[in-house]
Amino acid sequence: MNFNIPFMRFRIMASILSLSLLVISVASLGLRGLNFGLDFSGGTLIEVSYEEAADLSKVRDLMTNNGFDDFQVVNFGSNSDVLIKVADKDGNSQLGDIIFNFLQEADSKTELKRIEFVGPQIGSELRDQGGLGMLVALGMILLYVAFRFQYKFALGAVAALAHDVLIILGLFSIFAWDFDLTVLAALLAVIGYSLNDTIVVSDRIRENFRGERGFEPEEIVNRSLNQTLSRTLITSFTTLLVLFALFFFGGEMIRGFSQALIIGVLVGTYSSIYVVANMLLALSITQEDMAIPEPEGVEFDDMP
Amino acid sequence: MNRFSFWKYGLILFVLGIGIIYSLPNLYPSKPAIQVAYTDSGKSADQSLLNQVNEILNSNQILSESTGLKENNIVAKFNSFEDQLAAKAALQKNLLDEVIVALNLEPSTPQWLRDIGAGPLKLGLDLSGGVHFLLEVDIENALDNRLESLLNEYRKKFRDKRINVESSKKDDQDIVFSFISDEDYSKALKIISEDNVTATGALLYDLKPNAIRNLVQLAFSKEAIKELRDYAVGQNLMTLRNRVNELGVSEPIVQRQGSSRIVVELPGVQDTTAAKKIIGKTANLEFRLEASSTASRLRKEEFWFQDERNGSADLEKNIIVSGDRVTNAISGFDESGFAQVNITLDMQGGRAMQKATNGNIGRRLGVLFVEQKNKSVLSLDENGNEVIKQSSYIEKKIISLATVQAVLGTAFRITGVGSPQEASELALLLRAGALAAPMKFVEERTVGPSLGKENIELGIQSIIIGLLSVVAFMLFYYRWFGLAANFALLANVVLITGFMSLLGATLTLPGIAGIVLTIGMAVDANVLIFSRIREEFKAGLDPQSAINEGFSRAFVTIFDANVTTLIASLVLYTIGTGPIKGFAITLSIGILTSMFTAILGTRAIVNLMYGNKNIQELRV
Repeated sequence: MNFNIPFMRFRIMASILSLSLLVISVASLGLRGLNFGLDFSGGTLIEVSYEEAADLSKVRDLMTNNGFDDFQVVNFGSNSDVLIKVADKDGNSQLGDIIFNFLQEADSKTELKRIEFVGPQIGSELRDQGGLGMLVALGMILLYVAFRFQYKFALGAVAALAHDVLIILGLFSIFAWDFDLTVLAALLAVIGYSLNDTIVVSDRIRENFRGERGFEPEEIVNRSLNQTLSRTLITSFTTLLVLFALFFFGGEMIRGFSQALIIGVLVGTYSSIYVVANMLLALSITQEDMAIPEPEGVEFDDMP
Repeated sequence: MNRFSFWKYGLILFVLGIGIIYSLPNLYPSKPAIQVAYTDSGKSADQSLLNQVNEILNSNQILSESTGLKENNIVAKFNSFEDQLAAKAALQKNLLDEVIVALNLEPSTPQWLRDIGAGPLKLGLDLSGGVHFLLEVDIENALDNRLESLLNEYRKKFRDKRINVESSKKDDQDIVFSFISDEDYSKALKIISEDNVTATGALLYDLKPNAIRNLVQLAFSKEAIKELRDYAVGQNLMTLRNRVNELGVSEPIVQRQGSSRIVVELPGVQDTTAAKKIIGKTANLEFRLEASSTASRLRKEEFWFQDERNGSADLEKNIIVSGDRVTNAISGFDESGFAQVNITLDMQGGRAMQKATNGNIGRRLGVLFVEQKNKSVLSLDENGNEVIKQSSYIEKKIISLATVQAVLGTAFRITGVGSPQEASELALLLRAGALAAPMKFVEERTVGPSLGKENIELGIQSIIIGLLSVVAFMLFYYRWFGLAANFALLANVVLITGFMSLLGATLTLPGIAGIVLTIGMAVDANVLIFSRIREEFKAGLDPQSAINEGFSRAFVTIFDANVTTLIASLVLYTIGTGPIKGFAITLSIGILTSMFTAILGTRAIVNLMYGNKNIQELRV
């Protein structure tokens, strides 16, 4: 497939789109925050399964009758599986056992699928660690890209990553999806994935800047984007194939994970086309930026 | 030129061979098994127990596939779950509390694979079912107790040396003494300075003397706190290990995590309430005076004591101090070289001890060890079937009975305790009585067996569906080149499984997601290479050179792109907990193996297809 799409003609529009998405995301994060899952909020979660479709209102009544007031009861995966979440500020590790006991008393065929208890300090620690980890990953990647390419690329790459991560976080905030450890893992995987795309595009931009003189930067960037487009689309497609397999067949426990990654792949594909290129042009990249002969290729000459 | 040297084919075959061999054990199903160990954790299973087990199985006509000794256990494998359960029931009925019988699954890896260290993938708790506990050791509390008893020790010392203390108090993490005279101040400072060393030779206190106001302020030094923490966590770890042994779980994990946390993982445990009770239980100690022979029957109790001629001794009913007041106990030697045990109590305990021993010098003081135990009893249920019933009872026995020589306070010693080994055992019992510092559950994750099984099934299902759809797409889009990429993809899945088994990495549900994700992303390298080949071919290169150029020019890009994903997954590994670590591991291994298979593997296949042929057309 040969493409000749004038991507850069739409770059102002793309910038407006990106910026407005970012503003909405940041606003939602600031106003509504994230709907932290158990890992980060702390509390108790219990999943049970019944032989037949579960009567949620009965389970709720049982909870209320046993003195619980701050809890959620929902179906999980199928209508015979029930998930109960209890927000608990005191960090009582016995709640799960207590709840399961009275559920089983009410219906002896209740089967325990899982209990998770996360104490309040563990929750906040995981939150801090997660946030810190994200920053460390971004920082290290910035260094690597700056070392392998040039700082303007590094800025472009990190801008693209921040763009992707913020928009995914924003969506999780707007729709109040559960944000737990698996979603954090997905976010870091998105960072890896989106960067993968970004590097392929940057690599081509660099190569074209070096190889051909006398063209406008905008034209070179545009050509590079077109040259890498079929690869970008195919890779996104195959990755989406497996992610949808996970989303539909992998079960409820990793649905949040695959959901975050699906959004991440879509946003990441867009950002590798527009955000990086836009940043490079905004930082007015020139032929001279590429002029330093890098040791590229030397140490790899003997490969295939 | 488009060459591909022989050694590269050799390397590929070699790596693939290793991958295949080490992933083989995963194809053999695991067998239901039981694990038998002596209840007494000091005793390891031996030939006589093995014979006993075999006899019991034979007499009950239960067919076992194999029985044998493995570490401290007897392991018996069966062909069916019915046999496994029947064997457990039979063994428990015959041996009752002498042994602990645990159900588990044993891999049926053939001997030749086991000989080279191959074994199936370890499954995380989210796939195997079981419990994960995270306990936090309350160091603050232990530290507070230490400071309290230290304050008392010095008050006593100063009193003995006739040093006038104006005021003494514990202030948060500090102890503050103030003195009226300069002379008392310098004497006290000298005494404190002399003690100012830990067991390892570091400074024990951060000392802040104030000569103008005759104030001495001291707090534990960083090193001392660290030593205390290590001691407390180590001690609790040991106690927990002993307790977990009682549960009869196969392959439990009891490990320190970070500075003051302990992880306990019990694969396969269903009854978490019982597990928590045992892990959280405290064996206890009681210090009581020996009852005088004339004391009324209402005021004394008889306890088992092995050192006494008639095997028992009478103690008063009144408890002076219980084990939670013991802050430390170490064995050592007295002036004449006999073994002794030094005991330290906290302030409250010291005060009670002082009150009780005052006026009772010459009487004997007993140390009572109190433990909650479980007993199994055979009984008949309403249908007349034999069932084993568990009941818990409290066992109390005297572990030491010694004459009081002086009024005792927070720190005292028991001499005449026998051999140095006996002394250290006594010290251990005294310490084990109460945990070195209290612990609380800060995290718990329980996964039922049905959910574990479900997770495996769903995971494998999504791997297969993901793999098939990618394979179909590649074949459709790239034809022959796609076929090469697909072989590489399959090799990649084999390599990931093989290397994870080889490294003993644990597979978790997010780990399976990592494999699925790798499958989708691994073809990226091939897509890059193929696009490049097509471009070079279109630019006018002949097919062979186009292939060569495509591979070599795409390499740097692939390398850079993968290193960054690797960075992200390494960060994930360091911040993640169990299941997330599993994701980071599969992702990292997947990146490395996919680079190998996508670059070298695909090249090998492409060259086998096109290598030495004179072709004019390339369909990429």
